[in-house]
Amino acid sequence: MAIVRDIMPAFELFQPATTDDAVGLLAKYGRDAWVMGGGLDTFDWLKDRIKRPSVVVDLSQVNDLTGIRPMGGGLEIGALTTLTEIVRNPVVKEKFGLLHQAAELVASPQIRNQGTIGGNVSQDARCWYYRGGWKCYRAGGNICFADTPSAINREHAILDADRCVAVNPSDTAPALIALEAQMVIRNRKGERVVEAEDYFIGPATDITRMTILKPGDLLTAIRIPDKWAGATFYFEKVRDRQVWDFPLVNVASAAVYSGGNIERIRIAVNGVAAHPVRLKAVEDAVRGKPRNAATADMAGQLAIQGAEPLRYNGYKVPLLRNLVKRSIRGVEEATWAS
Amino acid sequence: MGIVEWATSPWGEDVPIHISFFLLWVSAIAGLLFLIGHAIWVKAFAKPEKFAASGPPYRDVHIPAKVPRHSLAARLFHWVMAAAMLALLITAFLPKVGVQFPWVTYHWIAGIVLTASILFHIIHASFYMDFWSIWPDKIDIEDAGRRWRRATGKDSPAPRRFAKYPLENKMYHGVIVLAGLSVMLTGIFMMFRVRTVLFPRNPYLFGDMTWGLMYVLHGLAGVGLIALIMVHIYFAVRPEKLVITKSMIFGTLDREHYLEHHDPSRWAADGSSGRAKAAS
Repeated sequence: MAIVRDIMPAFELFQPATTDDAVGLLAKYGRDAWVMGGGLDTFDWLKDRIKRPSVVVDLSQVNDLTGIRPMGGGLEIGALTTLTEIVRNPVVKEKFGLLHQAAELVASPQIRNQGTIGGNVSQDARCWYYRGGWKCYRAGGNICFADTPSAINREHAILDADRCVAVNPSDTAPALIALEAQMVIRNRKGERVVEAEDYFIGPATDITRMTILKPGDLLTAIRIPDKWAGATFYFEKVRDRQVWDFPLVNVASAAVYSGGNIERIRIAVNGVAAHPVRLKAVEDAVRGKPRNAATADMAGQLAIQGAEPLRYNGYKVPLLRNLVKRSIRGVEEATWAS
Repeated sequence: MGIVEWATSPWGEDVPIHISFFLLWVSAIAGLLFLIGHAIWVKAFAKPEKFAASGPPYRDVHIPAKVPRHSLAARLFHWVMAAAMLALLITAFLPKVGVQFPWVTYHWIAGIVLTASILFHIIHASFYMDFWSIWPDKIDIEDAGRRWRRATGKDSPAPRRFAKYPLENKMYHGVIVLAGLSVMLTGIFMMFRVRTVLFPRNPYLFGDMTWGLMYVLHGLAGVGLIALIMVHIYFAVRPEKLVITKSMIFGTLDREHYLEHHDPSRWAADGSSGRAKAAS
């Protein structure tokens, strides 16, 4: 049976001019409200008629949610700041090149012009069973269509799957985790700040959400402290189409080296689980070790511990291992043997 | 708003997927209303219990000061099952009311503990305990009629003293058996839908409709257990029932309580059933 698409269901549109008004609307309408930033995730859902909110709160007129401001030695980035603005910002490029690299690899220039950093980190899973409107676990049902013996699951999770095997598709999320960024969230009760690492949640915690944002919550800004300013950064994204695609796997690392040894390091990967994964065990294992092939090899092996590939995504295991190796030692150390 | 949520399968069939979770509140409120109603009834309307004479007094001289009621094994089962049941309810329903944590693993582990304890109990009760002592018998039914007639002001002989368990206790046990076995059996099959260390995941074990009905039954029994356990805890802490609660801790009843409420010909103080004694 044909399904009529591309005509959005009716909803009430609000375009608040201030963050206070936006938060007030979200508090008033709760679960019925849909938050729209750049609209790139939103319009897919609405035009496919899969999400049918009765209220859409369009944030595009809220100027205080945009812009990149100095804060301490770091930066505060408004959640509605576009990815292009982040890519072009000289301070981001000079001090936090990891975020610059990650943002530059998101989708296409047109999408980066419209897409926001808040939307990039808060976007929903791209699993096509879920996006196709099937009542899977993530949609409130009782099955994961991607985790059946005949499912097409090439892009799905190899780590931390819990019923749902969708992955988080954000490129900037692992970079923000590596930079120890903090997410500023507001609701009618006030403001709270959470570590980027804790902003993302997996299906074990709540199978219907990708982040800790609940109805009424609004991500207003992302703060990047100066802890990793000027560190050695590594970001690599592997995707099917080099000009425009979500990551199959990406890796972001921030490291400080001293005398050839790894003094401190943070590594996060994405595209392998329903949330960006900080590789804390890898960080602990390589800290104090020389930056050489042996350390990189150990890091790669450690990163894939516990990986459980599905039928079609076994390639992600060596991919993850090699990306982590490269994040420690550099591109030349990669070996693509499985 | 229906009590069951439905979805369309990839083959275009409408299938149930689970209960509507507002039923959790329905069950909790129903349990609470029962508690309030019972407390008011006991305080304002209930008449003191009166029993028919149960036998010649000389028979009672051999009854010990502490009458054994629950063996150590039975008590251990009860408390292990209680802990598992509470863990199951907490892990199942806290996420539904907004407390988010990785609940699935804790839930199925508690389910395994519950299953093991129930299997133990079935074997223990069938071969090492008086199996029939917890099931209503003819006297229970007759006495329930007598008690009802007396409570409604009609003439009726006094009911006899209880055997090991009062009828209410037996009926509660029956309902718990139904709900417990429902969640246990459906829960075991539902473990095939998630990844555990116990067996390979197999979502094709049943068709969508069967799976859906299984989830619905699991949910209905689960929310039913909320009210049932509220009622159970309420009775456990009521002052007049504390002596019974203590017997589930220490294993014995006081002689006075035993003689006041129980009929030695139906439940002998040595732990054997009066029925068995009469037959021997």
